[in-house]
Amino acid sequence: MNNDHPSTMNRRHALKWLTGSAAATAVAPAIAAPTETEAAPLAYPLRSAFHDPDFSKPATGSWQRLLSQQELKTTKALADLILPKDDHGPAASEVGVSEFIDEWVSAPYEPQRDDSEVVRGGLGWLNTESFRRFEKRFDELGLEQQSQIIDDICDPATSVSPTGTKFFVQFRQLALSGYYTHSATWKHLGYVGNVTLAGAYPGVPQEVIEKLGLQDVA
Amino acid sequence: MPLLLDRKTKPQYDVIVVGSGAGGGMAALRLALDGVKVLMIEAGRNYDPVTETPMFHTPEMAPLRGDKTKDRPFGHYDATVNGGWQVPGEPYTNKPGTEGNFWWWRARMLGGRTNHWGRISLRFGEFDFMPKSRDGLGVDWPMKYADIAPWYDKVEQLIGVYGDNDGIANAPNSSPGVLLPPPKPRVGELIAKKSGKKMGVPIVAAHRAVLSQPLDWKNIPKQLFPNNPKAQEIIGKDMMLRAPCFWATDCLRGCSIRANFQSTTVLIPPALATGNLDIITDAMVREIIVDSSGKATAVHYIDKTTRRDAVVKARVVILAASTCETSRILLNSKSKDKAGLANSSGQVGKNLMDSVGTSLGSHIPMMENLPPMNEDGAGGLHVYSPWWLVNEHSKLGFARGYHIEMGGGKKMPSVGGFKGLDSTSPGIYGSKLKQEAMRYYGAQFSFSGRGEMIPNKDCYHDIDSNVVDQWGIPVARFHWKWSDHEIKQAEHMQNTFAELLEGMGGKATPLKGEAAIKKPGEIIHEVGTARMGTKASESVTNQYCQTWDVKNLFLMDGSVLPSNPDKNPTLTILALAWRSCEWLMDEMKAQRI
Repeated sequence: MNNDHPSTMNRRHALKWLTGSAAATAVAPAIAAPTETEAAPLAYPLRSAFHDPDFSKPATGSWQRLLSQQELKTTKALADLILPKDDHGPAASEVGVSEFIDEWVSAPYEPQRDDSEVVRGGLGWLNTESFRRFEKRFDELGLEQQSQIIDDICDPATSVSPTGTKFFVQFRQLALSGYYTHSATWKHLGYVGNVTLAGAYPGVPQEVIEKLGLQDVA
Repeated sequence: MPLLLDRKTKPQYDVIVVGSGAGGGMAALRLALDGVKVLMIEAGRNYDPVTETPMFHTPEMAPLRGDKTKDRPFGHYDATVNGGWQVPGEPYTNKPGTEGNFWWWRARMLGGRTNHWGRISLRFGEFDFMPKSRDGLGVDWPMKYADIAPWYDKVEQLIGVYGDNDGIANAPNSSPGVLLPPPKPRVGELIAKKSGKKMGVPIVAAHRAVLSQPLDWKNIPKQLFPNNPKAQEIIGKDMMLRAPCFWATDCLRGCSIRANFQSTTVLIPPALATGNLDIITDAMVREIIVDSSGKATAVHYIDKTTRRDAVVKARVVILAASTCETSRILLNSKSKDKAGLANSSGQVGKNLMDSVGTSLGSHIPMMENLPPMNEDGAGGLHVYSPWWLVNEHSKLGFARGYHIEMGGGKKMPSVGGFKGLDSTSPGIYGSKLKQEAMRYYGAQFSFSGRGEMIPNKDCYHDIDSNVVDQWGIPVARFHWKWSDHEIKQAEHMQNTFAELLEGMGGKATPLKGEAAIKKPGEIIHEVGTARMGTKASESVTNQYCQTWDVKNLFLMDGSVLPSNPDKNPTLTILALAWRSCEWLMDEMKAQRI
């Protein structure tokens, strides 16, 4: 540190620089006046759970859930039909997909509210169709009967019901989102990150470089 | 106690720094290392990335599986807390007649927006400092590249930046030994590089503020602070405590091991270690107080935790509150000319610029069915394209360039990540759907452009005298209009990206016209509202960030940038703040301030 630096000079000098001159100080009432006011209550909380979440604890959306017990059962049945337990991973219901869809359609945001109408309307439609064909709720049907209904709406190219198709496409998308955002599905999917690696980043394996013909740029 | 938990500042300081991001953090560190007594005033809350960063948290631990919402615009785990384009109780308005509503990002937290950024650290080049001399548009800087080059080296050495020296025009090399080695490219980045090669688009190592290896803590501090043993010791110790990247977790979450650059992990801890820095958080500045001789004497702030008004004095005031917040404070501060403080030129609030942004992506069939590979990497891109047509503007129909950012591949799965299956695999469900998901997962790639906009008279902010925020401070009011230069540039980006994607075996339809360009403010590179220049009549500060009108008032954030080159502004804000603080200390020693 330099000895001639302002911060190491004595207080009297420092004050002199700070105020410039006595005259200037006298005509600056904002500074001469008391420098603080009394405290007052806040209009908004300083820390909002939405803007400033606590990352230390796992959490789902704090809003109230809208789906009824019956809607949840239908959701679970359809999600498991779309993403069943098999060699490629757990069933949708084992990784919280129906709870995620409930959280999603209940969320207080505009895009989710739009989805909510499609999904809840579709769940109702599904049971109506199920009663009409089999006199049972969708979740009470066997896989074959469930598939019979879904096969009629799942493909936009061959669908018998545009409303049913809109629902299925939306629901399948939500089910895929809920399914693959659960870390228990990642090994099967082929995502092997989110772990520490020591040393330099390894880059692309040589056999992949060769398979794709990237030797000239690697 | 350096972090003022009791909410009481000392009555006076040598220097008050308003803001704690890139500019404020750098100013506080540089001054405190030389013994200057500094108070930092931050409008947001205290924030500690070491304990608060959600490093390995998975989506199932978060609301809506971590998806974006209007409250968390970059997803649940984004580092920005109490911030975004909308902040409760802190509105802003757009002026009637504006052609596009400006989105104003705020980060109300210690470290500001350095906690959330891409860490892309590109030097402005030789041409970037003299745009008007080259094409007659905008204004030249009051300095040349050579004037600031040594400080770019210093900043890169201090914070740690990986990259290569490629010798590309207007994309300057760093001095030998300054850059850290870049990580190897991911597979999609290599395929893009091959496609770029066919088109003549160079794809080279990105420059990012991430430690790809430990910093040389034994030698760098001696080079940076040759005559200051205490600074060497503090910086050396701090560098030793920064771990290199372990190739996991997205940089936008922040970094608890301090491998990437945030003001809160790289600048503020050593600044506090000097014992010369006090910090008061949750303190919103209302105005700068000026005496009758026109000198700044104090800063008036509102303690947000108690709604108490307070005034604290200093010999010098540095505003680094973020571009539009700095100009808002100036416009809200009283002065003789009633047009706001330091505004005899009338330029405060004018010349607002953001980056031109656009993106385009597609499915890339050759990336299907690849074996599992860990592509997390450095938590951001490993390669980029510097602007390659810098000498071709006469043929292009727009005046300034852009760089290309890119990414894709086997990222951590996210909500909506399988949207492509709607078109590739309609009607499929059951085990077959999982096979489709496995096949398509990680086979997407996209490009984003970041381009230079030219300042124009229709892009500015002033003060809306009819609206105040919850602290009673009049709010900023924005006005915006893109010029044809930006729209044509965005179209060029779209066409280039479509061609690059096609060369990779993908297919995408480029957007046209104004639809091609993202929202003003959406790229969060707003700069220019108190530009530096050579004359007091047409600029707000000199090249050392000192305002022409108030000699002891400095602006050390993006507000002083006279132009907004395509290179993201953070590195330049850091270099300018460092350079300006050294000049400021010389002026103080010479008692000119």
